[in-house]
Amino acid sequence: MMAIDQATVRKIASLARIAISDAEAAAMEGELNGILGWVEQLGEVDVTGVEPMTAVIPNTLRLRDDVVDADPLTGGNRRDDILANAPAPQHGFFGVPKVIE
Amino acid sequence: MTEYRIKGETGEWEVVIGLEVHAQVTSNAKLFSGAATAFGAEPNTQVSLVDAAMPGMLPVPNRECIRQAVRTGMAIEAEINTWSRFDRKNYFYADLPQGYQISQLYHPLVGEGSLMIEADEKAGLPEAKRIGIERIHVEQDAGKLMHDQHPTMSYVDLNRSGVALMEIVSRPDMRSPAEAGAYVRKLRSILRYVGSCDGNMEEGSMRADVNVSVRRPGDEFGTRTETKNVNSVRFVMAVIEGEAKRQVELIESGGTVVQETRLYDPDRNETRSMRSKEDAHDYRYFPDPDLLPLILDDAFLAECRESLPELPDAKRARYLAAGISPYNADVLTAEVEAARWFDALLEAGAKPVAAANWVTSELFGALNRLGKDISESPVSPAQAAELLGLVADGTISGTIAKQVFEKMLESGDGAAAIVDREGLKQTSDTGAIEAEIAKVLAANADKVEQYKGGKEALFGFFVGQTMKAMQGKANPQVVNELLKKALG
Amino acid sequence: MTELTNLTVAQIRDGHRAGDFSAVEVAEAFNANVAGAKALNAFIVETPELALAAAKTADAGRAAGALKPLSGVPIGMKDLFATNGVQTTAASHMLEGFVPRYESTVSQKLWDAGAGMLGKLNLDQFAMGSSNETSYFGNVISPWRRNDGGNAALAPGGSSGGSSSAIAARLCPAATGTDTGGSIRQPAAFTGISGIKPTYGRCSRWGIVAFASSLDQAGPMARDVRDCAIMLENMAGFDPKDATSLDLPVPNWEAALSSDLKGKTVGIPKEYRLEGIDPDIDAMWDAGIAMLKDAGAEVVEISLPHTKYALPAYYIIAPAEASSNLARYDGVRYGLRDLPQGAGLQDMYAATRADGFGPEVKRRIMIGTYVLSAGFYDAYYTQAQKVRTLIARDFEQAFASCDVILAPTAPSAAFGLGEKTADPLAMYLNDVFAVPASLAGLPAMSVPAALNREGLPLGLQIIGKAFDEQGVLNAGLAIEERAGFTARAEKWW
Ligand SMILES: [Mg+2]
Ligand SMILES: [Zn+2]
Repeated sequence: MMAIDQATVRKIASLARIAISDAEAAAMEGELNGILGWVEQLGEVDVTGVEPMTAVIPNTLRLRDDVVDADPLTGGNRRDDILANAPAPQHGFFGVPKVIE
Repeated sequence: MTEYRIKGETGEWEVVIGLEVHAQVTSNAKLFSGAATAFGAEPNTQVSLVDAAMPGMLPVPNRECIRQAVRTGMAIEAEINTWSRFDRKNYFYADLPQGYQISQLYHPLVGEGSLMIEADEKAGLPEAKRIGIERIHVEQDAGKLMHDQHPTMSYVDLNRSGVALMEIVSRPDMRSPAEAGAYVRKLRSILRYVGSCDGNMEEGSMRADVNVSVRRPGDEFGTRTETKNVNSVRFVMAVIEGEAKRQVELIESGGTVVQETRLYDPDRNETRSMRSKEDAHDYRYFPDPDLLPLILDDAFLAECRESLPELPDAKRARYLAAGISPYNADVLTAEVEAARWFDALLEAGAKPVAAANWVTSELFGALNRLGKDISESPVSPAQAAELLGLVADGTISGTIAKQVFEKMLESGDGAAAIVDREGLKQTSDTGAIEAEIAKVLAANADKVEQYKGGKEALFGFFVGQTMKAMQGKANPQVVNELLKKALG
Repeated sequence: MTELTNLTVAQIRDGHRAGDFSAVEVAEAFNANVAGAKALNAFIVETPELALAAAKTADAGRAAGALKPLSGVPIGMKDLFATNGVQTTAASHMLEGFVPRYESTVSQKLWDAGAGMLGKLNLDQFAMGSSNETSYFGNVISPWRRNDGGNAALAPGGSSGGSSSAIAARLCPAATGTDTGGSIRQPAAFTGISGIKPTYGRCSRWGIVAFASSLDQAGPMARDVRDCAIMLENMAGFDPKDATSLDLPVPNWEAALSSDLKGKTVGIPKEYRLEGIDPDIDAMWDAGIAMLKDAGAEVVEISLPHTKYALPAYYIIAPAEASSNLARYDGVRYGLRDLPQGAGLQDMYAATRADGFGPEVKRRIMIGTYVLSAGFYDAYYTQAQKVRTLIARDFEQAFASCDVILAPTAPSAAFGLGEKTADPLAMYLNDVFAVPASLAGLPAMSVPAALNREGLPLGLQIIGKAFDEQGVLNAGLAIEERAGFTARAEKWW
């Protein structure tokens, strides 16, 4: 696959919502290309007829019962706990900079 | 047949419509947590550590949500995928705590299905049409943002965050606002029959993403726009009309339609491009590593199938077979509550055709006046059956039945009791009727002359006078016979 | 009586039962060691009061004849486990000051078993690293030093470097670790202690800050195999809150410990013989083979043909999952928020995440974001998951002809801090022997086997069949008994 340039680095950084300086972009260009170049060797492996792994240990999905607040650890009614670490709690809400839709 | 066309400067255009309907699954708890789903709770009170995406929290799917989606799939005769998977749709937004929505892209729970929209000339639907449904997948709803509470801040409420949704994706099979409207109404009806969604559009239990494009009839599809979260049938139709016109004008004035997400403003009845969604999206879907493949066994599927009620199409067919008019059959099957009430009425022994006419005119009329819906009807199906029975066996006339029904609505008493109490039984007692006829003819000697002179039209007048004198309780056939005799 | 802090978990448990000493004496002794070892920077938060409180409960329980499996045993908790009311940071600036209102399933089980918490142990930031040099709260220093008379600071391994350093330095008899691609085994090997990563799904992931969900697995680190068995019994178990949790009973691993390997077959993977690897590593490996033969095992060569692709596959899968798992750190609901003047929501995200994540975390998020992005998903992620299937299949086929696999834990002994930080790839290669078992979800442990030329510990790795922690522990015990590894770091801190 083609090497990634600094524009691509900036595009990925914005997709990942990480602000980066030009210096960081330059540094990352080298590092990412080094790592991606190295993982490309996977392309050598013949995977015809091989299914991608779905469950590392054979196991199927368990389903929960439709019961409200059966376990406080996975139930609601704990607004104080939910907001306890909020940077900008606003009478029961999380405050964020105004969003224009 | 009349097709829906947009007349542009340069000729006619056809509109192509596909709908993605998000329907909230009826369940007590959320899709992946034990928090409640009830509407209208205090902000952030129905939020678990899981829904708030606290560090280390994990999703465990709610069986009922899967069951309801499967039953819905069966109701639209879709293939149910016994092996499905949840995927993560990654994007950043303040109403999305995890930074991804758990959805199903690669292996949805429900595959190809369809539903039927009925012909309705008045609504601009010349003939019935089957609309393809590509898939139904299960996914998490997002939270809610409030923008008008604070000058510089938006507020985030996560009560909806993690509530289960079914995304029901239609084929681009619709060609007019009327078809789209009928599709949404029919889909809503099916969901409510199945009980998998309450269909309450005001509360946001059903929202449609409306995909619209235009083309010259017969050409290949044009570029579509997607108008998000339209929350009423009327708005869906308005969006299609407006968006189709906008696209035609754009193209005819030399512009090109860009594939974009738009927002509908009901107040100004127009759509506008959604700035916040403009940055080209790359959702980086991949299978959610916190969850395993969802495998459904035969017992689960069997229970889903057995628990399905009779659905609108089957009910409608049954009513038509019983001689009920197509119009009445449509009216009676549209809302599940009405259909169930009507079935109870038949259960109680009422004759289908008469019962259908009575429910669609008398009962619905009365409920309209009283501003009640059928679940609150003061008259029970059993009581109505009793009333209709009295008409059927000639105990009272249709006219008297109206009065009796009014009294039933007021008093809540049974029909027979009222008829007795008020002495409303219609009489075939020839003596009494002959006596009244004699009075009527005597009081209208002149008209008797004219009648005998050939003015036969007066016969109806004599009938009316006699019925009046009998306070409507005379058996009309008997009155006719005796009058003919008396007028010789 | 020997110093209390030299006792193993089993010795503390039994001594407390027998009344040889009180739990409070033990807690105070370890609290003192912790307080006196700031130079190692093994702890992010110290909680002597919690260790003491648990000890008092244990002493009272003993008086009342109500003893629990870990009554009187103080332990260290990797700061990746959410602890109710105690700051939980994953060694990141992003979560600095975050105090959960909930307790991880694994830590809760340990407290319920009577253990007490000495503190929250330092680690590589979000468990991403192999040397504990990516922590926002500073490097952890290994208590070990080379025998060259110099005093170069060495890496304790990573990501569970606080755990390994603290146990090796006798700051705690045991600690929790997590292993995504070697994060329990490699630090154990670097510091001359034992550690086991159980079968994926044995320990609940609920309440553990996620790195790569399909690989993350908690496990114990301690001074010997028996202590690992005791700890694991009190960490493992079905948890309905984790959809990938194994619904299996927890075996009594300690009671079934046996170093008699008669009738067992040990597989030696030929692909793990690397060109130009430190001869001390191969020598230790050969010694290990001899020890297992001596324990009665038959030894056969096996082949794991896709071994060389494990590390590249891991460096696609783990970053991909991490890029998504770490999206929740956005400054909205908890943790750091950076809000530049007049910044909008998206600017806030970018500023918060730029400031809150360290370079290695950003690097992995970037890789993960890239390999999942439009047009690359199949070439990278899908291909890697197919290769992962082949790697798991390699093990399946190998286990048709053997019961456990013996290999080195790491390709080298502990390296000096700063020696590999310049080159991410060189750092990643440290997990070359550890990653395959992680990709296959298999139980694997490291036990100290020897010292190298420089007087630094080396570890042997035992990989077992899924669910066969017992086989792994027993082989580990056989090595432990024969290696007679008693060396410990000279106290300099
Ligand atoms: Mg959509
Ligand atoms: Zn959707």
